[in-house]
Amino acid sequence: MATVENLPSAQTERPIGFGRLKRKEDARFIRGKGTYLDDIRLPGMVHGAMLRSPYAHARILSIDTSKALAHPNVAAVVTAKDLETLGLAWMPTISYDTQAVLAGDKVRFQGQEVAFVIATDEYSANDALQLIDVEYEPLPAIVNARKALDPDAPLIRDDKAGQRDNLASPTWEAGDQAATDRVFAEADTVVKRDIIYPRCHPAPLETCGMIADFNPETGQLDIYNGNQAPHAHRTVYAHVAGLAEHMIRIKCSDIGGGFGNKVPVYPGYVCAIAGSIVAGVPVKWVENRDENLISTGFARDYVMHSEMCAKNGKITGLRVDVIADHGAFDSTAQPTKFPAGFFHIVCGSYDLEASHVKVKAVYTNKAPGGVAYRCSFRITEAVYLVERMVDALALELKVDPIELRMRSFIAPEQFPYETTTGWTYDSGNYAETMRVAMDIAGYEDLRREQAEKRARGELMGIGVSFFTEGVGAGPRKHMDILGLAMNDGADLRVHPSGKAVVSISAQTQGQSHETTFAQIVAEELGIPPEDVEVRHGDTDRSPYGLGTYGSRSTPVSGAAVAVVSRKVRDKARLIAATMLETRPEDLAWEKGRWYVKGDLEKGAMIEEIAVRAYSGEPMPTGMEGGLDAQVIYDPPNLTYPYGAYIAVVDIDPDTGQVTVRRFIAVDDCGVRINPMVVDGQIHGGLAEGVGIALMEVLTFDEEGNCLNSSFLNYLIPTALECPDFELGETVTPCPHHPLGAKGVGESPNVGSPPAIVNAVIDALHQTHGVDHIDMPCTPARVWAAMQGRPEPPQ
Amino acid sequence: MQTPASFEYERATSVEGAIASLQRLGSGARIIAGGHSLLPMMKLRLANPEHLIDINDLAELSYIREQGDELSIGALTRHVELEKSELLARHFPLFRDAENVIADPVVRNRGTIGGSLCQADAAEDLSAVCSAVKAKAVIRGAGGERVVGMEDFHIGPYVTAVGEGEMLTEVRIPLRPGGGSAHEKVERRAGDWAIAAASAAVWIEGGKIADVGVALGAVGPTTIHLSRAEELLRGKAPSEGLFAQAGEIASADCSPSADGRGPIDYKRHLASVLTTRALSRATARALHQEA
Ligand SMILES: Cc1cc2nc3c(=O)[nH]c(=O)nc-3n(C[C@H](O)[C@H](O)[C@H](O)COP(=O)(O)OP(=O)(O)OC[C@H]3O[C@@H](n4cnc5c(N)ncnc54)[C@H](O)[C@@H]3O)c2cc1C
Repeated sequence: MATVENLPSAQTERPIGFGRLKRKEDARFIRGKGTYLDDIRLPGMVHGAMLRSPYAHARILSIDTSKALAHPNVAAVVTAKDLETLGLAWMPTISYDTQAVLAGDKVRFQGQEVAFVIATDEYSANDALQLIDVEYEPLPAIVNARKALDPDAPLIRDDKAGQRDNLASPTWEAGDQAATDRVFAEADTVVKRDIIYPRCHPAPLETCGMIADFNPETGQLDIYNGNQAPHAHRTVYAHVAGLAEHMIRIKCSDIGGGFGNKVPVYPGYVCAIAGSIVAGVPVKWVENRDENLISTGFARDYVMHSEMCAKNGKITGLRVDVIADHGAFDSTAQPTKFPAGFFHIVCGSYDLEASHVKVKAVYTNKAPGGVAYRCSFRITEAVYLVERMVDALALELKVDPIELRMRSFIAPEQFPYETTTGWTYDSGNYAETMRVAMDIAGYEDLRREQAEKRARGELMGIGVSFFTEGVGAGPRKHMDILGLAMNDGADLRVHPSGKAVVSISAQTQGQSHETTFAQIVAEELGIPPEDVEVRHGDTDRSPYGLGTYGSRSTPVSGAAVAVVSRKVRDKARLIAATMLETRPEDLAWEKGRWYVKGDLEKGAMIEEIAVRAYSGEPMPTGMEGGLDAQVIYDPPNLTYPYGAYIAVVDIDPDTGQVTVRRFIAVDDCGVRINPMVVDGQIHGGLAEGVGIALMEVLTFDEEGNCLNSSFLNYLIPTALECPDFELGETVTPCPHHPLGAKGVGESPNVGSPPAIVNAVIDALHQTHGVDHIDMPCTPARVWAAMQGRPEPPQ
Repeated sequence: MQTPASFEYERATSVEGAIASLQRLGSGARIIAGGHSLLPMMKLRLANPEHLIDINDLAELSYIREQGDELSIGALTRHVELEKSELLARHFPLFRDAENVIADPVVRNRGTIGGSLCQADAAEDLSAVCSAVKAKAVIRGAGGERVVGMEDFHIGPYVTAVGEGEMLTEVRIPLRPGGGSAHEKVERRAGDWAIAAASAAVWIEGGKIADVGVALGAVGPTTIHLSRAEELLRGKAPSEGLFAQAGEIASADCSPSADGRGPIDYKRHLASVLTTRALSRATARALHQEA
């Protein structure tokens, strides 16, 4: 159990900033008093339900809605034809592709949106779905990305002019091919692997949904929608629907998990908005679990071939060739100039001589999406690949996997370090973090225990991964989404009573923004965090910014809050100088107070300065009254958190069941604002990593039917599959972040799957000759690998 | 939100009343007990009953008691009660083995033994358990009661001997000396249905297996009753080698199909491993030698 060292200050004590502080949001969540989208009921509200395709690929011959329209409680049934008249049948995706809002010509994946029913209640709306007759002509489906480019593969995107095959985007490359060829030629050891990161799903407990409330009298559109980037969504709606951006307000209620699933704009949203505009009443649409799993933003689905080489026992080069499965529409969410996201961070934590990365994206008859699930723009796939390759190389070299990593790490004195694919890592001391993890694990003892067990016929494995992420997108000179700079605003107002409101453009879905961002203001202004209200998730009450995903809240929004607090502090200094009748340069700051240098007694508290700022007393010459400021923060670089993870697994030799007995996670995310919140993020992400490594996967049969459309078959882990996580930390401050902080939200999800898979292979290599297995390591798949038949997932 | 189709609902106040309603309403009517099998199917509209007859108020159907040389369990007895019962654990510890790995506490607090058996899903752990201990089902209709053995109770996938206008009221298990029992299950994750499960009960007399029951869950269209293995074991002295032979029979006599839980060869392999393990543990318990 985490302990709370640093409780909120009583009025009389010195206020606090950073430290373990219980979350402000817990009071409502643990009492069941959160307000989620489905809790909201507006007067006159009607309900939408979506008819979805049972086929993965089929021509639509006809749609007959007459019986549904005859249902007494049905107000409207919307199809592609109706949307065409509004110009809304297709919408742009975040990746400059187009996606059908409702299918008119063809359905291209099972679960694709075909018709939208609006009725007085959700029961009637769902009853009416069964009354719609759609005539389909089934077509052959492609579900395997490796077959998408076969010459006889059916063309999925015949809607796109000039599209002759299923290539979703031109091949994208990073690194230096010629230099890499040279390094491989000079190497003494080369290993190759085909590695799949299977399709999985973020599966937030709260599914996606929206209430659209258009007021025909005023032209105002209020949108209630749990979403990770409300400002960006508003801009998209303005473009897609031709609505006036300043007349749209998006309000996010409490969000029951996002993990990237709530970044995209879904057809259901557009239908709800169109429905409300046409009907003039609020329209609510909330997905079922199966709709969420089969149609919304999936994750991963990378088919990777890789080679890694070494010379004199040190890693020197890496080659990677990827086929990315984007599904039927390319709606991956990533910065415009990075069509494969940040995958080229695949050179990892190692001082390579050269590397080369190629990514080809294809269309398949599967749901669109692509970067969700705590993934920081494909870094998850990259880390998985490189950490599996390092272990493969260690097997080949017959050297301990930690030893090989230690020999090949980027050294502390090499930072800032330019990677062979063009990233500039900011700071790190990798070997030290690795050693802390080894100490917590008792690495040598574990190896001894493993040998003893092996002698008794028991299977135990120890797996390692060491990851480096680049998070906090991003600098406006490199990064935008749909032309929008990836910057974030902060707006801080200190009221006359000394209490403050800080408004931010990032949107929490469980990341504890209400607590952490209050602590940043508290640290910078010296007022208690309980006196700082954090406002977010309402486009009318917060400044513009790109939202919460990609571990960017603390790196970008957190920096914005620090900078805006310092602006307020600077203004307070000038006011204090007037109050104390001295010059600003003669004042010194201690938490919460400007005082005259050399005379500690003579000073002014922030609260006193606030009173003055709003009073009738004179202000410094030329200065306006009030104590507030606003900023837009443009990060100079990404932040590069890293960590060393060690997993210990036991495998039942008869059944192939894998138990993760221990998991050691040592994260370096720079300065920790609220270490308890950081621990919570790591616990959650590690649990997800256990799930991905052992059970989570979206599979399809040959016809393209999704076989994991409920939690009966899409398994998410429980507490019983998770060991008591053993956490450690090192702190290497980020040199360019105002607080020295780096992002951490995605690290545990990124770093844990390779550690677990490496542990499974470590358990089975000597006894069963296993040198590769793909996720998920289910009992059946592990058993097959033990029989010498490691099979790729479907 | 997942929405079932519309249905009528009535709450039974007596067993006779419930049976009368079942008869009056015919094939469109279904009993609802814990609802943990029926409601998910209704929400997915895989089941669309016109009438639900709720038997949750029938406290008279909820009990576990010793009656002469039988143990009787009321049809409305919840999983959690089976899990906690010391009486049951003393006579048939395999119930507790099974209940520890059936679903999760939320399901176990409401789900009932009657619902489990009447659902007649081959993966229901309690079906294999009841089969191994040679339980009998008491079925009541307007004309009175009849008692059928487990091998006649489960007729096919999702089909039982309970006819129209009838309901299951009780499960009876014969009490015999020298017994031991165990349930073994491999699942993909806590709370998941079995990839394969094996239940075994043995009765040892004078160092020999006087009688034995072995049944498999989740590896066939219905619960698999391993009569060939039982024949092999009966009258012999228990040994690991013998149990391994029984395991081989299990592997041959089951008829699993491939699905998301695993391919056929793996399930056959598990049938063997789990049968062997269940027999060893059941025997150790009968001989009071459990580690
Ligand atoms: C998430 C989840 C996980 C599960 N995991 C497991 C597992 O691992 N192992 C396992 O064995 N089970 C598992 N189950 C199933 C669970 O054990 C059964 O759903 C449940 O116990 C059935 O009992 P019930 O009282 O809820 O039945 P209900 O859902 O109320 O009824 C089921 C069926 O039985 C009929 N019925 C009920 N009582 C009677 C009666 N007295 N007479 C005649 N017909 C009757 C109903 O009409 C219906 O057709 C799981 C269920 C869930 C939801």
